[in-house]
Amino acid sequence: MFSRILTLIIKELEMLLQDRQSRMVLIVPVILQLALFPFAATLEVKNNTLAIYNEDSGRESVELMQRFSQAQAFSQLLALYSEAEVRYAIDNQEALIVIRFPADFSRDIAAGLPSKIQAILDGRRSNSGQIALGYVQQIVNDYSNERFRLQQKNVPSSLVVRHWFNPNLNYVWHILPSLIAIITSINALIVTALSVAREREQGTLDQLLISPLTPGMIMIGKIIPAILVAVVQGTIILLGAIFIYRVPFAGSLLLLYSSMMFYCLALAGFGLLISSVCATQQQAFLGVFCFVMPTIMLSGYASPVDNMPVWLQYLDWINPLRHFIVIVKGLFLKDIDPIALLPNVYPLIIIAIVTLSSANWLFRHRLA
Amino acid sequence: MSDSLVILDSVRKTFSHSVKPALEGVSAVLKPGQITGLVGPDGAGKTTLIRLMAGLLAPTSGSISVDHCDPIRDADQLRAFIGYMPQKFGLYEDLSVIENLELHADLRALMGEERVTTFNRLLAFTDLTRFTSRLAGKLSGGMKQKLGLACALLGRPRLLLLDEPSVGVDPISRRELWKMVHELIAKGMTVVWSTAYLDEAELCAEVILMNDGQLIFSGKPADLTQRIHDRSLQIRQITGNRRQLLARALRRPEVSDGVIQGHAVRLVLREGVDRPNLNELDAGDEAELVPVAPRFEDAFIEALGGGPGGDSVLAQSLSPVLGDEDIVVEAVALTKRFGDFTATDQVNFEVKRGEIFGLLGPNGAGKSTTFRMMCGLLTPTSGTARVMGIDLKTSGSEARQRLGYMAQKFSLYSNLTIEQNLKFFSGVYGLRGAWQKTVMAEMIEVFRLQPYLGTTPDTLPLGFKQRLALACAVMHQPAILFLDEPTSGVDPVTRREFWTHINGIVEKGVTVMVTTHFMDEAEYCDRIALVFRGKIIAAGSPDQLKEQIASPQNPDPSMEDAFISLVQQHASDVSI
Amino acid sequence: MKSISFRRLSALCRKETWQILRDPSSNLIAFVLPVVMMFIFGYGINLDSTAVHIGLVLEDTSPEARHFADNLYGSPYFIVHAAETQAEVGRALTEGRVRGFVVVPVDFAEKLKQPTGTAPLLVVTDGSEPNTANFVQNYVIAAWTGWMQQRASERGELPPPGISIEPRFWFNPSAESRNFLIPGSITIIMTVIGALLTSLVVAREWERGTMEALLSSPVTRTELLLSKLLPYYVLGIVSLFLCVGVAALMMHVPFRGSLLILWGIGSLFLASSLGLGLLLSTVLRNQFVAAQAALNAAFLPAMMLSGFLFEIRSMPAVIQGATYLIPARYFVTALQTLFQAGNVAPILLHSGMFLVFAGSFFIGLTALKTRRRLE
Repeated sequence: MFSRILTLIIKELEMLLQDRQSRMVLIVPVILQLALFPFAATLEVKNNTLAIYNEDSGRESVELMQRFSQAQAFSQLLALYSEAEVRYAIDNQEALIVIRFPADFSRDIAAGLPSKIQAILDGRRSNSGQIALGYVQQIVNDYSNERFRLQQKNVPSSLVVRHWFNPNLNYVWHILPSLIAIITSINALIVTALSVAREREQGTLDQLLISPLTPGMIMIGKIIPAILVAVVQGTIILLGAIFIYRVPFAGSLLLLYSSMMFYCLALAGFGLLISSVCATQQQAFLGVFCFVMPTIMLSGYASPVDNMPVWLQYLDWINPLRHFIVIVKGLFLKDIDPIALLPNVYPLIIIAIVTLSSANWLFRHRLA
Repeated sequence: MSDSLVILDSVRKTFSHSVKPALEGVSAVLKPGQITGLVGPDGAGKTTLIRLMAGLLAPTSGSISVDHCDPIRDADQLRAFIGYMPQKFGLYEDLSVIENLELHADLRALMGEERVTTFNRLLAFTDLTRFTSRLAGKLSGGMKQKLGLACALLGRPRLLLLDEPSVGVDPISRRELWKMVHELIAKGMTVVWSTAYLDEAELCAEVILMNDGQLIFSGKPADLTQRIHDRSLQIRQITGNRRQLLARALRRPEVSDGVIQGHAVRLVLREGVDRPNLNELDAGDEAELVPVAPRFEDAFIEALGGGPGGDSVLAQSLSPVLGDEDIVVEAVALTKRFGDFTATDQVNFEVKRGEIFGLLGPNGAGKSTTFRMMCGLLTPTSGTARVMGIDLKTSGSEARQRLGYMAQKFSLYSNLTIEQNLKFFSGVYGLRGAWQKTVMAEMIEVFRLQPYLGTTPDTLPLGFKQRLALACAVMHQPAILFLDEPTSGVDPVTRREFWTHINGIVEKGVTVMVTTHFMDEAEYCDRIALVFRGKIIAAGSPDQLKEQIASPQNPDPSMEDAFISLVQQHASDVSI
Repeated sequence: MKSISFRRLSALCRKETWQILRDPSSNLIAFVLPVVMMFIFGYGINLDSTAVHIGLVLEDTSPEARHFADNLYGSPYFIVHAAETQAEVGRALTEGRVRGFVVVPVDFAEKLKQPTGTAPLLVVTDGSEPNTANFVQNYVIAAWTGWMQQRASERGELPPPGISIEPRFWFNPSAESRNFLIPGSITIIMTVIGALLTSLVVAREWERGTMEALLSSPVTRTELLLSKLLPYYVLGIVSLFLCVGVAALMMHVPFRGSLLILWGIGSLFLASSLGLGLLLSTVLRNQFVAAQAALNAAFLPAMMLSGFLFEIRSMPAVIQGATYLIPARYFVTALQTLFQAGNVAPILLHSGMFLVFAGSFFIGLTALKTRRRLE
């Protein structure tokens, strides 16, 4: 029995790795994505343009402008001289944010009065705007605290901010662990869903069913190669993250790989489920596409799961990627312990059991 | 109108993806107002030639003239007077019959009054009037073919190009199509009909016979068969085993080719030799050697230098199948319903050890459903299908270990190499280690696969693909072999080789169950069950079936005659 | 060039329409997927954290400390969970149950009383979610500033003369991310309909052998091309207006531009994405390969590099350069502008010009690759 399953696995791997083209399909996108995503797929704000409409002529506004220009978020400063120019700059997206110093700005500060700056933001990019606004706020706060300290005796209280797990809030640290989860899932799904559809299309599935192999063995023969592919791809990204992007890996590799196993089983379950309702590779491909899109979007990668409506958060429970991203990030950055891992591992196990057994049922059912 | 409608002058065509030219210097003339058969095995270059005539491909060198038009330069003129039906009929499966017709009518500017009358005429002609609103994808093979023809006929073409119109179509539909085409010829149309079925060639006024990109013969089919006049013989009244007799006969130097026809054996002799001695062949005391009319297929094999030998090296390498059951395959009141459609209705039969049993029937008759239930791919709605006394659906692997299966499309893994395919299929059946190596080495030697081990099945010539598929099906020494239309679309030489192996295997005690709508294959069977509308309407040996319909007008009917009249008899009985 | 026969063209278009309507996978992509995507982008992706769970450890239970805590509890941006020890809340942070915590140290009130001392508060965020971490930091600062000012005024002291920033989000005053995500996501839907769906259609004709039947009829190249473009164009435009309708009427995203301009720019974008899909289909002649190519050449760039979700300006220069070649980038800008800013001529003209160029490039290339023969 084991030798027969082994035969199936070897065949599947041979088919995946036979020619150059199919080997490339498995490896090249992974490397490209590894090179591109950490830079492209980020909600970080940097190198943006900050425009300044300064109606003030005092020293304070100039000092603040200098501080703005040193921020990483803003590589360009654009000077504006009229309301019309402000309107044009925002309308045409020449600047993400316009800072307007009122005419009495320096005077108010000098007089020890509270002063106001206006920040005009492009609502079409309100998220980047908010982040940029955060940077501006921080610069302004630092400046006013410094002034206060210089002039006065004492600030009664201070805030000490620490970012755990990622002290400098480096976005790449956030992206790469998620990427391990995302990229492995696409291929694991394609390998399972499409290979069954292909066997059905080419008639070899009948050949297998007539042989002494049981449907269970055939499914195992599809699942294990998918897991192998996912593990290899995951390892490539893991190595890239650690050695190229220098993201420190804090947790346990053993835990990472064993939970990856459960994740792949859950995915393979979905892949087999898709393939058992699809007659052709074409349909299987579209099916995988329609499944993967929402899975990734709702995984918590693009925006936190906490921000979704509550009912959608419950619905999203069946999304294996959502749980696995938490696991990978937890292990990668937080060195999370096995017990803390459990709340995210057991959903994977349940999803795997449900999808695999229904795929198995459908698989047998469709034959009859 | 002149005497030649199409002139091919040393036409050569190469494709960038293959070294070997698809056509090599083909010259021929097609006369107007008749059917010209474009005949040859798979891969002979028939489709390429038709596409060249339709202006869909440009020749690499040489010239083509279709009614004084160059198909490429004068494409617009050409398209106004040709009708073309591509392989698979070129229909939009998600459009209905009438929508397909309307599309082609619009494309060919068939409007107004004329359009209505043409539609009515063609629908009546093709007998599709009842099905106008049905989607083309839901039509049977025969109906699709008629619709394809109707679409090609819409522009009132003078030249009709039909590319393998009879593939996957049962004999009844084929006959109807021929009748329709003959009516068109009578109205002055010129038809080019490409086919791999050599019996169709005999119905053509002239044939262009091709093999491997080269022209082998061009002229009247009778001229070719004339060459082997007096050399076609049948050994009748055989006592003893006719398969062994065929093998012995093919070993004789004077015999060029031979096949089994029911209880008889048909032989073609080499030129200028004496008839073989029946005693030496051990054909039995009653046996007689009767000259028969030569068939086009006999002449074709002869033109290619004779058939393959009669000994199966494969069978020699197999050990005899042992076992005590006498009835190996058994169907009892087998029924399968899909919704309210009954695909198989109360079917009963038994297959004995060492028998070749055939399920024969037109498209959609239910033979495939029955077959799939027998090998455990479908669950019967009621009744039982037993193989070696075991219900395959409930019992597991051990019973299936003793089955061999070969599907119509030679279901091999197209992106694995030959060696990997062999290794996989032997591994699946539990062959391991030294044993696996020995068996694989044997198969490679028997089927002469050595030079191809590292290539994929896609690149193999059809004959080798067939060999590989057979090797994969018998490596584990099955006791029963299931064959699903094993030689459809396969050329006669390869088909003979295949049946030589099957005959040899059967002699070792293997039981063979085969579905087919191919009359030649039916002749090889010991017994046939004729399936129609889900029921077995006749059963018996091929000769018994033929005798059932023998009449004074047709004392010696062919298998196809038997098939058609039995089905029609049954159809009319039911409708009355 | 021969003249186009309206009869043949309309027959072909009719055929194509039937096929779209009857093919389950086309229906899935054309009608189901847009709805699912609008839904996901409308509800699933929300960049605005409304209320983040944070922990609070009050090691000091003095009235001062409680006063500060009240400010946190009062913030609409936080759901505060009280904890006994730092270890406890630290574990909650590790497990992702809270996204940050604040610690008020034992000696907080004491230090606050000392005239020269500074009483520190510790804020810890979950750095593995940088955006949320920033959010937590900013709003804890806001709560803290509020507390400082209240405290000062209660004590009759002059508050530290802070510089306050008054943010104004033009077009989108409440800075809701769905207001820009939904218009942007229409680009993704148009890309999928335009490129992914059409990448299948010509290849399908080749695979099923119907192309041969067409080519042997008097159809011209232009008719063939137009018959593939027009039905899918109509499908795309219907889908565009459907999406815009759903966005504006059901999801209440304001639409301030002109529908006519939307139609114009939408048509231009569709032209380029249909062109790309047809080009792949025509050249590759295999549905499976073409669909995969379309996914990589159209969908992924539209997703990653169009700026609809990820800020282009934050990408490295090389990648920024690449985004200029992606039609989706221009359509995203145009859509977000039309929805929120209205008819801003320079942006729309600029986008339109590029789309004209991209559309004619892809359609021209497809025309060039469309053959009247099989080779």
